[in-house]
Amino acid sequence: MVSLLGRQTLGVISGLGDFALFTGNSFLAALGSRKLFRRIVRSLHEQGTVCLPVILIVGIFTGLVLGLQGYHVLNRFGSSGLLGALVSLSLIREMAPVLASLMLVGQAGSALAAELGMQRQTEQIVALETMGIESRGYLVSPRLIASLFSFPAQTALFVLVGLWGGALSGSLLLGVDSGVYWSSVERAVEARDLRECFVKAALFGLLSIALCAYQGFHADRNRSATGARAVSAATTRAVVTSSILILVVDYAVSSFFV
Amino acid sequence: MNSADTDHVLQVEGLKKGFNGRAVLRGIDLGVPRGGLFTVLGPSGAGKSVFLKCLANVLRPDEGRISFDGRPMGMGTDPAVKAAFRKRCSFLFQSNALLDSLTALENVSLPLEQTTSLNDAEIRDRSMEALRQLEMHEFADHHPGELSGGMQKRLALARAIVTRPELVLFDEPTAGLDPLRRNGVFAMIAKYRRMFGFTALVVTHDVPEALVASDRVALLEKGRICFEGTPAEFSLSDHPVVSGFRDSEKALAATIETIRHDPLVSP
Repeated sequence: MVSLLGRQTLGVISGLGDFALFTGNSFLAALGSRKLFRRIVRSLHEQGTVCLPVILIVGIFTGLVLGLQGYHVLNRFGSSGLLGALVSLSLIREMAPVLASLMLVGQAGSALAAELGMQRQTEQIVALETMGIESRGYLVSPRLIASLFSFPAQTALFVLVGLWGGALSGSLLLGVDSGVYWSSVERAVEARDLRECFVKAALFGLLSIALCAYQGFHADRNRSATGARAVSAATTRAVVTSSILILVVDYAVSSFFV
Repeated sequence: MNSADTDHVLQVEGLKKGFNGRAVLRGIDLGVPRGGLFTVLGPSGAGKSVFLKCLANVLRPDEGRISFDGRPMGMGTDPAVKAAFRKRCSFLFQSNALLDSLTALENVSLPLEQTTSLNDAEIRDRSMEALRQLEMHEFADHHPGELSGGMQKRLALARAIVTRPELVLFDEPTAGLDPLRRNGVFAMIAKYRRMFGFTALVVTHDVPEALVASDRVALLEKGRICFEGTPAEFSLSDHPVVSGFRDSEKALAATIETIRHDPLVSP
């Protein structure tokens, strides 16, 4: 029992070390990679434009629900004028970075893990290495760099759309004065809230894309499955572990800022 | 460097490789002469692909020494030596291993784009030239998934030769092809080997085609080289493993004849 626990702990520590090395080496590999900017732009398209609809849809409905629930709670205490503050702070501090990142992991992260997994299974990654091309520099670095920009940008969009959603349900449907709503937003949001929001978004982006890339890149390490099943297992693992990691890191960063 | 090394572009000594305690290569000694087409024959599971991947630095050998142009390669080699080797050697995978998200032109351009300091116009010219030489220029904008198996093979060869390598390693280039297409692939290798002057090292189990196209052949059996010589010597060899592998059709005919006359196997 004790030895099993020890082996598991050592396995986790060694896995974390391997992941950290993979992420660090992928960043370093960017230094020697040519035509990197072109691939970063392509990655921004994958994590940005392609994921735009899901961010807009989830953002607007999150704002609508926050407006609706917030109004009924605040109205009990005669404070419905604070609806803008409630919606904006909930979105900026917690919901936008977390929900936008989870959506991006679901769409861009899973696609990345599956693509790299397939490339591993069909020897495309080995082929890059036989050509003298640093495979992490070519395949992973642009995705990591792009995530530092795309996740904060998508989070900002999520916040804007969410605020409009809150205004829609609060002002248009429930009768809170529009001016009161927006002035409450303006008074409540401080620079440190925005800083927390974007630090979280960039961190979630980097960690989750690195984790998805790591799982896909090493899809052949799975001893219980091969071929398409190994790719499917790597993709599932990538999405599940990234989602959990986002929530864990969210708590850690929130404690630091609060 | 000894005198033998200068005659061989690739020299392998005592190469061993195993997986999970199972030995696949049990000590291979082989010299690949500069120029010409050298074929390593062997039955399925003999370790041919593992041998080729060790040569290409894709797999790390457990023991042994690999020298390219007289300079040691393989275990613990200086990264600069490995990088120089990879610039001078190309590997053609059995599965072709083309990047399916890139077009044919982008696939061929990739090694030039990433490993040379050529400008965009030069890269495009050289890549189009390689595609033209392999009669693939009309498909430059197609993705690998839109091409037939034979076209993909030619595209993979175009990508392999675009860097003007001195050595090209072919892993089972005729696997899964019908006899006519097998002939076509060997003819293509022989033609472009003469055209570009590289040394070709092919691993395959297709005996007739290999004997016609190759300058030298070796037979890999149970992780060891049990024969090396010219195709004529291979055809005349009375080595039991060579004759068993070479004359497998005759053995099959004898087996079928026995079955036909066996009263216990009635229709």
